[in-house]
Amino acid sequence: MTHTVNDPVLTVEHLNMRFGGLLAVDDLSFDVDRRDITALIGPNGAGKTTVFNCITGFYKPTEGRITARHEDVASFLLERMDDFKIPKIAKVARTFQNIRLFGGMTVLENLMVGQHNPLMIASNYTFGGIFGLSGYKRAEKEAVELAKYWMEQTGLTARADDAAGDLPYGDQRKLEIARAMCTKPKLLCLDEPAAGLNPRESEELNKLLLFIRKERDTGVLLIEHDMNVVMGISDHIIVLDYGKKIADGTPEEIRNDPSVIAAYLGVADEEVEEVEHEIEEGASS
Amino acid sequence: MTDTANGAPRPGRHLDFGKVAKDLVVTALIATAIFGSTIAFRTVSAAGGLRLEVRYDIAFYVIAAVIVGRLLLWLFFWSKPAGTSAVEVPAGIKSGMAKVSAKVGKGFGPTMLIFALVFPFLPFTDRYLLDLSILILTYVMLGWGLNIVVGLAGLLDLGYVAFYAIGAYSYALLAQYFGFSFWMCLPLAGILAAFWGIILGFPVLRLRGDYLAIVTLAFGEIIRIVLLNWYQFTGGPDGLSGIPRPSFFGLPFTRREGGFSDFFGLDYSSFHRIVFMYFLILALALLTNFVTNRLRRLPIGRAWEALREDEIACRSLGLNTASVKLTAFAIGGMFAGFAGSFFATRQGFISPESFTFIESALILAIVVLGGMGSQVGVVIASIAMIGGFEIFREAEQFRMLIFGLAMVVIMIWRPRGLISTRIPSIFLREKKAVSADMVAQGEGH
Repeated sequence: MTHTVNDPVLTVEHLNMRFGGLLAVDDLSFDVDRRDITALIGPNGAGKTTVFNCITGFYKPTEGRITARHEDVASFLLERMDDFKIPKIAKVARTFQNIRLFGGMTVLENLMVGQHNPLMIASNYTFGGIFGLSGYKRAEKEAVELAKYWMEQTGLTARADDAAGDLPYGDQRKLEIARAMCTKPKLLCLDEPAAGLNPRESEELNKLLLFIRKERDTGVLLIEHDMNVVMGISDHIIVLDYGKKIADGTPEEIRNDPSVIAAYLGVADEEVEEVEHEIEEGASS
Repeated sequence: MTDTANGAPRPGRHLDFGKVAKDLVVTALIATAIFGSTIAFRTVSAAGGLRLEVRYDIAFYVIAAVIVGRLLLWLFFWSKPAGTSAVEVPAGIKSGMAKVSAKVGKGFGPTMLIFALVFPFLPFTDRYLLDLSILILTYVMLGWGLNIVVGLAGLLDLGYVAFYAIGAYSYALLAQYFGFSFWMCLPLAGILAAFWGIILGFPVLRLRGDYLAIVTLAFGEIIRIVLLNWYQFTGGPDGLSGIPRPSFFGLPFTRREGGFSDFFGLDYSSFHRIVFMYFLILALALLTNFVTNRLRRLPIGRAWEALREDEIACRSLGLNTASVKLTAFAIGGMFAGFAGSFFATRQGFISPESFTFIESALILAIVVLGGMGSQVGVVIASIAMIGGFEIFREAEQFRMLIFGLAMVVIMIWRPRGLISTRIPSIFLREKKAVSADMVAQGEGH
């Protein structure tokens, strides 16, 4: 547990989420650094998506505090905000495990909807825009430029005028990330971005995420099962099992953590060595 | 699929005679059940009461025609490999129609607009045709207004006629109690209808699907029943009469001095007022169309369409879906309010009778038939529905039957409406129509 977070963009403290008799998240605390790619992993049903839904306001946590911090020391208590205000004001954007694009709208239109709030202000809440004031036209042009920028980064420029629902699966995943980036977030939360991607697409996704970390002042928090993605690009990994945090550290530490291996293999901690031994034997024979 | 487009059966086509014979027997039974009762017997008024006239021969011919028609369909259209659906439209016709509708979409709008502008001055235009086109234009305007709520925002509204009623009563009551003129009342009626749109919007913010449809339906009925029962204020079932007619920039359409005809040195004709009414509703409808097209290219219009596609994704991008829904209800309601005050001034008399559920259903049918979200589709559907209703006036009691049949056929032929493709609001290189299969239908469908 040596990974230190110096400049947290997100702090989760003592998060509890209870659904009736089920404690989906149990006293979870962690930090996400502004310059890191942080991965949240764990076996199926560990409560990862529940944590995401609490952070992005789709669930109200039973207990706990979730704080988003911007560079200018402004901080926002996410558990108290309406879900649509979290991307708008606290600048925390998300994608979904089952892709949620505007299928009947084109790629460009999807990216324009991502910039709804600044455009709404530029159009004087529609009143200026309807009379065609130049301020709105300029703002729209800028919005198209930002959309073009993200289409280039995700390789979707050629398909700008195609319906989002017509895109192949991998491109839909990338478009969802591009659309979230169009909200100019401080923290990007990705729910299984590599699910259903082939190895080449998953490689492209890695590059895109590394680009986001390097070029933009955006922290990345991701849920992922694909260990190629998790171990390949993340700086910081948090492991959940049955709603509890069982490990927190660098990829190297997590790889060798007996409790993580136990959780993934579904055995008790003390049996891990035995199981590992069996696996090695199985591999050599 | 493609080979069926040519019509004539080709060798190697399989036709199961047992199956066809069975189908024809069923057809005969159904045809007998329908036409045996409706055509074979007829009541004729005779001296001393009704007499039953028996017409077995006509019924027989009709049933025979149905069976022969079905047999022809089997021989020429349905004799295709097993496993394909019997009611599938031949692919050749389908793709041909897609091309035609794409072409129609481009040239149709301007052509229709020019025709609409010169229509009152054409030699064959008489009072009846002009009245009919005023009616059609009213429904075009209502269809365009409802298109914002149903077609763009995807919120199924079964009580749209309520806003039409609010517009009509706003004008009639403001004129009656305060003596306001039409031009003063027109914006007020729009504002009041928009205000009631927001009032309706609040309770339905959290509702989805069928529940949304039911509450909007109830809203429509509440407004009508209040108008019906608040006798002291609205006149209840007696309605409001003597609603003032609009003036042409202060010139009334009267025979007296200082009237429209006097000012322009024309002979007085009641036709002037009708022509003026025609251009008034044309201008209002075009305003609706212009504003809607403009809004579609603004963030609010894109937010409506995004709401129709996926509400949760909207919220994850920071869109306040509550205000997106409220603006859709308000702006849709506003146009119905304008149309309502036009209706009041045209009729000179309004009563709750004019604002029943069937009106809402008719407007919704126009939007759905035209293709949800399509502006040109609404025009075609209005002409087909309202004009069609007039054409079949001769058919008396069979009018509804013909009408229902036509709608069923159109919906089989084009399940997503006459013009089902969506035109993007913004494009980078080329404007490609989005196929209807991609476009979501929103809540309550």
